[in-house]
Amino acid sequence: MAAVSEWERRLEETALAPIRRTGPRFWALVAALLAVIGWGVYAYWVQIRDGLVVTGMRDRISWGLYIATFVFFIGISHAGTLISAILRVSNARWRTPVTRMAEFVTVVALVCGASFVIIDLGRPDRILNVFIYGRWQSPIMWDVLAITTYLTGSITYLFVPMIPDLALFRDRLGGHTSRWRGWLYRTLAIGWNGNATQRRSLASAIGVLMILIIPIAVSVHTVVSWIFAMTMRVPWDSALFGPFFVAGAIFSGIGILIIVMAILRRAYHLEEYVTEKHFLYLGYLMAAFAAIMIYANINEFMTHGYKLQEGVEFHFRQLFLAEFAPLFWFYLLGGLVSPIVIALLPATRSVRGFVLAAVLVTVAMWIERYFIVVTGLRVPLMPYEPASYTPTWVEWSLLAAGLALFALLITLFSKVFPIIAVWEVAEDHEATVASPDTARRAALEPPKLEGETAR
Amino acid sequence: MNDDTAKGAAAEQDRACVEAPPHPVTDGSRFDRRRFLRVLGLGTLAVVPLPVLPELLRQAGLAEAPPEPVRGQGEPARMRDGRIRQWTMIIDLRACDGCQSTGKPPRCTAACVEGHFAPEPMEWIEVYEAELPGGGTQFMPTPCQQCQNPPCVNVCPVGATFSTPEGTVLIDQERCIGCRICMAACPYDRRFFNWGNAPVPPESLLADYSPEHQIPAKKGTVMKCDFCPDMARTGTLPYCVQGCPNDAIYYGDLEEDIATNGRVLVAASRFLSENDAYRLKEDLGTEPRVYYIPGHGEAVGRDAFTPDRLPTEWPWMERADGAVTWQR
Repeated sequence: MAAVSEWERRLEETALAPIRRTGPRFWALVAALLAVIGWGVYAYWVQIRDGLVVTGMRDRISWGLYIATFVFFIGISHAGTLISAILRVSNARWRTPVTRMAEFVTVVALVCGASFVIIDLGRPDRILNVFIYGRWQSPIMWDVLAITTYLTGSITYLFVPMIPDLALFRDRLGGHTSRWRGWLYRTLAIGWNGNATQRRSLASAIGVLMILIIPIAVSVHTVVSWIFAMTMRVPWDSALFGPFFVAGAIFSGIGILIIVMAILRRAYHLEEYVTEKHFLYLGYLMAAFAAIMIYANINEFMTHGYKLQEGVEFHFRQLFLAEFAPLFWFYLLGGLVSPIVIALLPATRSVRGFVLAAVLVTVAMWIERYFIVVTGLRVPLMPYEPASYTPTWVEWSLLAAGLALFALLITLFSKVFPIIAVWEVAEDHEATVASPDTARRAALEPPKLEGETAR
Repeated sequence: MNDDTAKGAAAEQDRACVEAPPHPVTDGSRFDRRRFLRVLGLGTLAVVPLPVLPELLRQAGLAEAPPEPVRGQGEPARMRDGRIRQWTMIIDLRACDGCQSTGKPPRCTAACVEGHFAPEPMEWIEVYEAELPGGGTQFMPTPCQQCQNPPCVNVCPVGATFSTPEGTVLIDQERCIGCRICMAACPYDRRFFNWGNAPVPPESLLADYSPEHQIPAKKGTVMKCDFCPDMARTGTLPYCVQGCPNDAIYYGDLEEDIATNGRVLVAASRFLSENDAYRLKEDLGTEPRVYYIPGHGEAVGRDAFTPDRLPTEWPWMERADGAVTWQR
């Protein structure tokens, strides 16, 4: 038992370390990210002053990089839900050290994604019209509802399993830290003291949440796809779009999670908890989703390409052969095929290999979102020359600022909140140490809900 | 275990001090969970229904209903017996030569631009040049098709674009938030966005704005052909009809079954049927109010194999102060 408590103490120290020590590198990073965001704010100010004319968008390709980035961010927000909720429901024990990071990614990505919709608006000063005059017939309203619901849900889902860890921070840091931190942990721990009653409540709350959050997450990305699929544009006119977007969302979510995991692991020395196993399992999951994406793409291209109805030939030509071909082939080969190859080859089946795959996937999925938006609008509707679209410095600046905001929020989160679900990891460890047999069986048995949930 | 119970009791006391529940709490477990779920539920309820809130307020009579019909729209035009007029446009392509014979850019577009101060490069009625089956081209003046099942109206999140009782589709630029989903939804490419400070002449700033009279243009909003119902009600034909030198464009009322190009009056239904009229992309089910009679300008002596029309000009551009233009 002594070994267990020793182990636990080390775990707690690891979790507390980011809060206790802040080096100059942290401030340098924050300053750099703030500089990028500041540049983005300047770009947005230029856009507000002159109008969207400073972007590359025009009447025929009237959505571009902003909407693509919105879809991308909403996509990666699925990281948290998948890792956390689906793995929790299926009782996959290995998830515990990475759930918290995944849930951070979800909340932060949602905030970043939602801001890109507002950046894209021609009249952001009238944003309240959405609430005053909102019409439920519009897919945009479905999005507003789905995303606010998902944001609420994922903040709750981030917060609730964090309560015991916040209480740990409150107890361990009380008096040794700044006043606002003490107040923050005291308030957020909402009187947690870890007795049996509270544990039961927590388990039931998590049980309800993890079930609720899955349909919400699925609905969010389905509804995002409906913004496109509800129109009559040839490449968007597809019933597959909902599931295709959801699969792509989870796929890119795993990608970004692997990257965030690798960075936080190195920055905060989490090697003992976030092990190679986690990269392998998530890498396999990513490869599986790559296969799903390939399947979806084949479905989409076969059903459209076989018949080659009006506009489809143009669309296929621009994707596979002409303007967009190099990057589109990169998406297909680098983004969809390579994660599978990396997972299959023993030589590349390593942390490094999967981080590389994750970077490829993340970049490829952004490109895919961009192509969905831009190529869909580029197919001519009437007898006119196809339009072209090149993002301007304003759009690239805002994309950079969006990514910097994402990184900054993750960084700040990691400095304030426990990045490892201490109590869950400890519980898991205890179960493994106490009876390795049980743990092994739990891992092998088919998914089973915990008692509280099943009721 | 003992330790646990003691801690629990202490917590119970703590909470009693803070909350002072109205009745003694005997079953700690139920209280705890219920409190927890209540906080959770209230928290969720507080944020989720943000978009639903205005509707709830309106239902409860606590907030004003959104102005309906949208601000600035006139009373629909009626016939003597009270039936509402259903505006329509019939474009006779046999008589349209893209104004090649005049040696000028298409006059319908020019008249529309000058009448509405439509900012460059917006051509609310645009003359497309489409391929004919055996080669050669036909010119197709294309205004907003005024769909009866309008995809743009369906997708607008704020009701800024809307169908009118007269069967037209209008845009309220004072409500539009500039999300441009209507532009993505329009299958005819008939919507235009004010990407910057629209280039308009100073006199347009004097105009009294209404969705039927989209002057002056407003930055960050969508514009399109409004079918000129305000003019029709006063007995004036739309600018494009007036501008056409070949009288190719008819405007009229399907309810009374008449249409005119300013020279002759026809019975709309008979005119459409006898001349094999069609609508653009009929298979989409958008039910446009704009009809075409097939042709390539043969009635005014155009050879289908003479391509190209002249590009549209915006005559008041030098007077549009501090404006920016952009390409389509």
